[in-house]
Amino acid sequence: MLKSDLTGAATAERLALPRSLIPARRGGVWGDRLYQGMVRAAVLAFVIIVVGIAALLVYAARPALATFGWRFLATADWDPVAEHFGVLPFAYGTLVSSLLAMLLAVPLGIGAAIFLAELAPFWIRSAIAFLVELLAAIPSVVYGLWGIFVLAPLLRRWVEPPLGRWLGFLPLFQGPPYGVGMLAAGVILAIMVVPFIVAVSREVLLAVPNHQREAALALGATRWETTRLAVLRYARSGLLGAVLLGLGRALGETMAVTMVIGNRPEIALSLFAPGYTMASVIANEFTEATSDLYLAALIEVGLLLFVVTVVVNGLARLLVWSVGGAVKEVRE
Amino acid sequence: MRKLTVVAAVIAALALVAGSQVPAPAPAAAELLINGAGATFPYPIYSKWFDEYAKVEPSLRFNYQSIGSGGGIRQITERTVDFGASDGPMTDEQLARAPGELVHIPTVMGAVVATYNLPGNPKLRFTPDILADIFLGRIEKWNAPRIQAANPGVTLPNDPIIVVHRSDGSGTTYIFVDYLAKVSREWEQKVGRGTSVKWPVGLGGKGNEGVAGQIKNTPGALGYVELAYAIKNHLSVALVRNQAGRFVEPTIESTTAAGVARSMPADFRVSLTNAPGANAYPIASFTWLLVYKEQADEAKGKAVVTFLHWATTEGQKYAADLLYAPLPLEVVRQVEAKIGQITFQGKPLLVAR
Repeated sequence: MLKSDLTGAATAERLALPRSLIPARRGGVWGDRLYQGMVRAAVLAFVIIVVGIAALLVYAARPALATFGWRFLATADWDPVAEHFGVLPFAYGTLVSSLLAMLLAVPLGIGAAIFLAELAPFWIRSAIAFLVELLAAIPSVVYGLWGIFVLAPLLRRWVEPPLGRWLGFLPLFQGPPYGVGMLAAGVILAIMVVPFIVAVSREVLLAVPNHQREAALALGATRWETTRLAVLRYARSGLLGAVLLGLGRALGETMAVTMVIGNRPEIALSLFAPGYTMASVIANEFTEATSDLYLAALIEVGLLLFVVTVVVNGLARLLVWSVGGAVKEVRE
Repeated sequence: MRKLTVVAAVIAALALVAGSQVPAPAPAAAELLINGAGATFPYPIYSKWFDEYAKVEPSLRFNYQSIGSGGGIRQITERTVDFGASDGPMTDEQLARAPGELVHIPTVMGAVVATYNLPGNPKLRFTPDILADIFLGRIEKWNAPRIQAANPGVTLPNDPIIVVHRSDGSGTTYIFVDYLAKVSREWEQKVGRGTSVKWPVGLGGKGNEGVAGQIKNTPGALGYVELAYAIKNHLSVALVRNQAGRFVEPTIESTTAAGVARSMPADFRVSLTNAPGANAYPIASFTWLLVYKEQADEAKGKAVVTFLHWATTEGQKYAADLLYAPLPLEVVRQVEAKIGQITFQGKPLLVAR
């Protein structure tokens, strides 16, 4: 805990600050207290918001929690007319589409970041960085429209039939090619999260001190060995952070996925088959959910999406910590 | 420099905001704000009405939130709005939960059409059982003998029918499945009626545009959209055989004809699907405004009933341009009588003009 000893002139000298930057004091310690209070309040607001969201979701989901209990987690049936609700197909869809997106986006994103940070000529760097930022700024509904009109027909005609022909022995690539479905959702999510992964990874790689590279080169390492041993290893936990940022976005993405996933609450192994995600079912059905139980079931889906996000983020945090520890060992 | 620019921008923005607000409060003395919420389907015609009615009654302002029929029913039940709007009639259970007696006022009519993507865009004809069996997954191929029998002379491909339905909860879905439930016992028992149902087959598209987009991009696809959306986007629509045994093309006129055909219950809570008239298109419905029979505020109540009266008489002429079907004249007369029953402290609010 830093106390207010940072205000003294002695500290300023120690930090080599020009005296002229710190104005003559009038407010005394009150200004500092106000400053601390405000910063604390900002943090407290976050805590209150997160706890508040969780509490409100639990409160509003009570009818569904009481009616279905744990069955809600294990039922694959979603029938608003008969009021039978289960979250399983949606949880499956959310996890599989996000996983697929990460499988496609992580190699692409980190590869692009390595090129931008390590290899690219300077003028290309800024041009590509601009393009990547542009991708990140496109609204998700635009991605969704593009998904319906460009990506889905493309997948139906040119991607899914050959996949089915050559890899059709795998259950992943069986069934009729609709275009829309789990594969389309995974691809569009991958495109949406790549810019985040590239942007953050690039910053992380650029932050790796040059002496790391110089040391590796001095030992006679090739370019690839330098990148692999001196740069990537050093930047591991930062890169994981970039991936997690992308994963967080993929788990919660609603609009674009809803438009291309086919919205069918079924668990199908095939990536060609339509699926459904937790965020999508809420977006689709919330406005017209008239009965209390139906509404509560949708809110419980929201609660579980919240839980999934927290769990995934928590696991990820653990991973970052463990990798961070490993890096320290390497350095020592 | 940068600071200066920011300051200039802020000042400009403030000036704009202030400027735009200056003319507005002028008639504030007598201005009355009427709040409504509900169905999205009739939103274009309602906003047209609000605009046109402002010329008749400039002191009135409407604020309509198109949040969906379910939301409209919830909000009028909680009395947070002055009127609700719904594409489906409220159930007895929902009516019982409201703190007062609610009346349904039909405003315009809409229809739901079957649209498809087949090579050469042939004009198709469907019988009720064909439609139901396709959506039940019992007819899987376009060249199934029953479809071929209903469409002599049309060359149908030996391709699977890819069913597309709405994924979002919607009055359009309600009207369509209500029709299927009426013509197919199996549908009624297995699937039932609702704004969202558990579809036996098919892909879900979000909104009319999502369904139409998927159909457009998928050869062999079949789905349903609103008539207005289909007309605006020049989609191929199927003729459907009505109760009288005729194949009827979905149009504004054949939709209005469905409203004529039915003997009207006193509360207007009626499903118009599978209507008996010879020219009636069988997948049609009213859309309703929901108001309390006993109004809580005299000025607002008077404004609402006068507007309702205007909308169901004068206002009907704007319907067809926006691709809604106007109410049949008989229904307009009955609706007028109903509006006359809306009261404040027991006294009718509608004053004869």
